[in-house]
Amino acid sequence: MSAVPVRELDLDLEAFQGPFDLLLTLVLKEELELADVEVAEIVLAFVERLAERAPVDLEGCGEFLVLISSLLELKARELFPDELELEELASDEAAEELAERLAAYRRFRAAAGWLEERLAAEGDRFFRVGPAPLAPAPVRTLARQEPAQLAGALRSLAKEPPAPSLRHLTLTFPPVSRFLERFRAVLRSRRHFDFEDEVGSLPRIEQAVAFLAILELRKRGEIRLGQPGPFDPITVWSGISA
Amino acid sequence: MERNLRLIDNPVDRLARVVEALLVIASRPLTVQELATASEEDGERVETAIGLLAGRYREGKSGIVLEQVAGGYAFRAAREAAEACARLVERPVQRGLSQAALETLAVVAYLGPVTRPEIARIRGVAADSAVAGLVERGLIAEAGREEAGGAIRYETTPLFERVFGLANPAELPQLDDLGGDAEEIRARLESVAERRGA
Repeated sequence: MSAVPVRELDLDLEAFQGPFDLLLTLVLKEELELADVEVAEIVLAFVERLAERAPVDLEGCGEFLVLISSLLELKARELFPDELELEELASDEAAEELAERLAAYRRFRAAAGWLEERLAAEGDRFFRVGPAPLAPAPVRTLARQEPAQLAGALRSLAKEPPAPSLRHLTLTFPPVSRFLERFRAVLRSRRHFDFEDEVGSLPRIEQAVAFLAILELRKRGEIRLGQPGPFDPITVWSGISA
Repeated sequence: MERNLRLIDNPVDRLARVVEALLVIASRPLTVQELATASEEDGERVETAIGLLAGRYREGKSGIVLEQVAGGYAFRAAREAAEACARLVERPVQRGLSQAALETLAVVAYLGPVTRPEIARIRGVAADSAVAGLVERGLIAEAGREEAGGAIRYETTPLFERVFGLANPAELPQLDDLGGDAEEIRARLESVAERRGA
């Protein structure tokens, strides 16, 4: 990984030569007119540097986008102050927020620098690292119990549970003949019908019997069936008129 | 002979040997309370024993050094043995910490428990990979979830304090003392905003 921090990106612009970080500092300290800075040139420099390196430094790209958009916002405000008059309050707030975010970021960056120095200074400290030694598991004792009470609790568990009712499992099948008659009647008035439209509102068990009836009619050559694909609607035609 | 016997029987010295043994078997710093519980002694006597051990185990006198770190006490190698130690053991935790990782670590150290979006807001870039790397190294760990939104919060671990040689988190420098030009930048930006408003 040869990623160089975005802030160290070397710039060679008309108005400025040096690292990006210095450019930012000069702009923020108003020692450099942002209007004179070619933002496009900075973007080009970054893109060229990006092209030289593989793999792409995504984090660096993110940081660059944040910084360059902040710069663009500042530049736009400087170049077009009149257009932004109506939003003056908002732009003040934006500048304030930008300053606060930059200030907060600088503090944490400095803290990171402190940590880095500390790490280097403490580099000659060696110690044992590993999982904490196992502590003996605490013994959990139960409170004193009355034997009769425990026996009562056990007895209630040992009691035979009531037999579950199976009444709801009893199925009543309507006769297939009822559907044979019904479908024949339908096909006398219409040349074809959609199976689902015809039986969709019936209970599932009746739908199953209706399907048996359809198969029976097909077997007898009274109807023709059509279904474009699995689970598609089934169309029933009268077999006599075909 | 009589004098030696008296020394061996000194209760503080005996406690010091027990504390020494506890610190040897521990792989993390032990607090005075933990040492007191394990040795069935009171904290004050344990601290006296630690004082005795600190005199014995110090730089220049022993290859093992007793240090106060991460809110407790632990043994480490003497600095003069660092090169030999480096040839013997790897240190994946502190090796190759990137700038992004250090910045993320700084945010967690000062603001923790803190969520990834909060870290990203301060750094201006997504913190996901940096956070994952630091969790893997054991320098930060999950510390519950945010009430609104349920984002995972992170805080630094005792290992962080140990790696950076901090007796406790209060040893970190005051954040306000860092990045000294921040106020000045803010004032400059505010003046820009004011002038544009005029």
